[in-house]
Amino acid sequence: MRAPELVCPAGTLPALRAAVEHGADAVYVGLRGATNARNFPGLNLTPRELARGVEEAHAAGARVFLALNTYPGPDEWPEAVAAVDAAAEAGVDALIAADPGLLAHARARHPELALHLSVQGSATHRRAIAFFHERLGVRRVVLPRVLSLSQVRRLVARLPVEVEVFAFGSLCVMVEGRCMLSSYVTGESPNRCGVCSPARAVRWEEGPEGRSVRLNGVLVERFAPGEAAGYPVLCKGRFRVGGQVYHAIEAPTSLSVLDILPELVRAGVAALKVEGRQRSPAYVAQVTRVLREALDACLADPEGFRPDPAWVAALDRVAEGATHTLGALDRPWM
Amino acid sequence: MRLSLAPIPYFWPAERVRAFYEQAAGWPVDVVCLGETVCGKRLALGLEDWLEIGARLEAAGKSVVLATQALIEAESELARMERLCRNGRFLVEANDLGAVHTLAEVGVPFVAGPHLNVYNAATLALIAGLGARRWVPPVELPGRVLARVLEGRPEGLEVEVTAYGRLALAFSARCFTARADNVPKDACGLRCREDPEGRLMETQDGRPLFVANGVQIQSAAPCNLAGELETLRAMGVDLLRVVPDASTTEAAVAILAEAVSGRRDPADAAEALAALRPGIGACNGYWHGGAGLEWRAAPAAPSGP
Repeated sequence: MRAPELVCPAGTLPALRAAVEHGADAVYVGLRGATNARNFPGLNLTPRELARGVEEAHAAGARVFLALNTYPGPDEWPEAVAAVDAAAEAGVDALIAADPGLLAHARARHPELALHLSVQGSATHRRAIAFFHERLGVRRVVLPRVLSLSQVRRLVARLPVEVEVFAFGSLCVMVEGRCMLSSYVTGESPNRCGVCSPARAVRWEEGPEGRSVRLNGVLVERFAPGEAAGYPVLCKGRFRVGGQVYHAIEAPTSLSVLDILPELVRAGVAALKVEGRQRSPAYVAQVTRVLREALDACLADPEGFRPDPAWVAALDRVAEGATHTLGALDRPWM
Repeated sequence: MRLSLAPIPYFWPAERVRAFYEQAAGWPVDVVCLGETVCGKRLALGLEDWLEIGARLEAAGKSVVLATQALIEAESELARMERLCRNGRFLVEANDLGAVHTLAEVGVPFVAGPHLNVYNAATLALIAGLGARRWVPPVELPGRVLARVLEGRPEGLEVEVTAYGRLALAFSARCFTARADNVPKDACGLRCREDPEGRLMETQDGRPLFVANGVQIQSAAPCNLAGELETLRAMGVDLLRVVPDASTTEAAVAILAEAVSGRRDPADAAEALAALRPGIGACNGYWHGGAGLEWRAAPAAPSGP
């Protein structure tokens, strides 16, 4: 059985070190600016930090990928192209990108640079993946979180490229790369700006009905006194549909594949990805450690593998909504 | 400038779809785009039916396009997309890059649909090189950015901008209509057929925000770019696209047609369009580079001396 690579997030050099130290096989990072899907203040590396991070990770036997996964418009194009050059110069092990024009550019300018298709590339079936592989030279695809386990299995078996799937972290309910809920309400989307529900648009209010949170003036959620209040992403808010107020899209929850780890390994996925470049080094350390332990246990004895309750508890403690789901991997979720 | 009809986003019974296009045959639209773009379970009409509806529209002088599904997951959906791309008769609107890949292999010209992520000149040139002869930009692209992308406009490429109708904002594996009724998607019973305009999602303080349409989320407010007509024309936009719904499409087409032909002032047309959905209004924020849901009224025409 082939061991999947454990790919962990890092928004800063300390997070990168935490990931490597706790057992990540690869770390993915972004450059400061609007070129990646976690464009948050204080986050991401400078080109100099990137070079340093690559050097340190390589010395410890880990790989580094650079995520350049927004869709640059004409204004952002020069910055995106410069980021491709910075990635090549720093000696990253792969570039994770979504924009077809940018992938074509990277391939022409740096033919030695391995290209991974970002989850933002929305490639959900073998013909879309063939487009990126045959026409743009992509070697690995990160699958959007919309496929069932059997669909993932079939894809891996039929594809000439490596497949990376999300293993843990905040759950995107929509097919990545095709969600404009955030820009509809705030003007900024993951595709164009690398952000979802930007912090600058969030306003908390205390009132007689409890605690309300608005995004650019739009009421996303109202929490009863004592109720745990989460970050107001639009897909996890409560709305009124047909007279009922409920989580009309999804409740706050995280994706966790611990329960089906042996199935994913047996399916032959090349890599398991942890979401969360916006999270702290402590989070990265905690999640990396648990997934490393779980993956090693699974590889040692796939038949006897059962998720250790301690792992589940440790992950739930840092999970959105303090709970987890298999998402679309499990058909009843749909 | 000409008008076009986008595919019907909702699941209507076959008779209703046929009746809609019988009416549309007499409307002032030049291009009619057909097909099921939202959910692979909505199979009331198959390719043969769409071809037949297309033939009728063509006989009425319309130019017909067949659109592929935006989010494809199952092998059955993939097979339908491939068949549609090889229909051999009508132009195809590709709504994902898998469809682009197939159409390029078949070697036929195609329309690059609104669900492809084309945000810059490099990607536009790539897609045009593979055979795109028309491009429908993503709905979140601001007018100013569109103008810049079109500075390097590939020769002969037509541009079609969504000018009226509810905007497709997101797609999921999950069905939000089934969720609303608390049934699993695999046992949905095609209940979205009961919602000819989807299901309104309001904020807890009563603001209409989104519409749940099966696996798709739409904007509650229709987009309305009638007030931007002169800018669109100056930019070289060839087609204005109208997204159909169950109640406002005929009126919207008539208003836009009057504005395009110069019989109606654009600002007046914008106001008339906004009045089609009382209590919800309209949005044009994306075009102006802001939040999509914003509405900026066109500056009033200068008053006479």
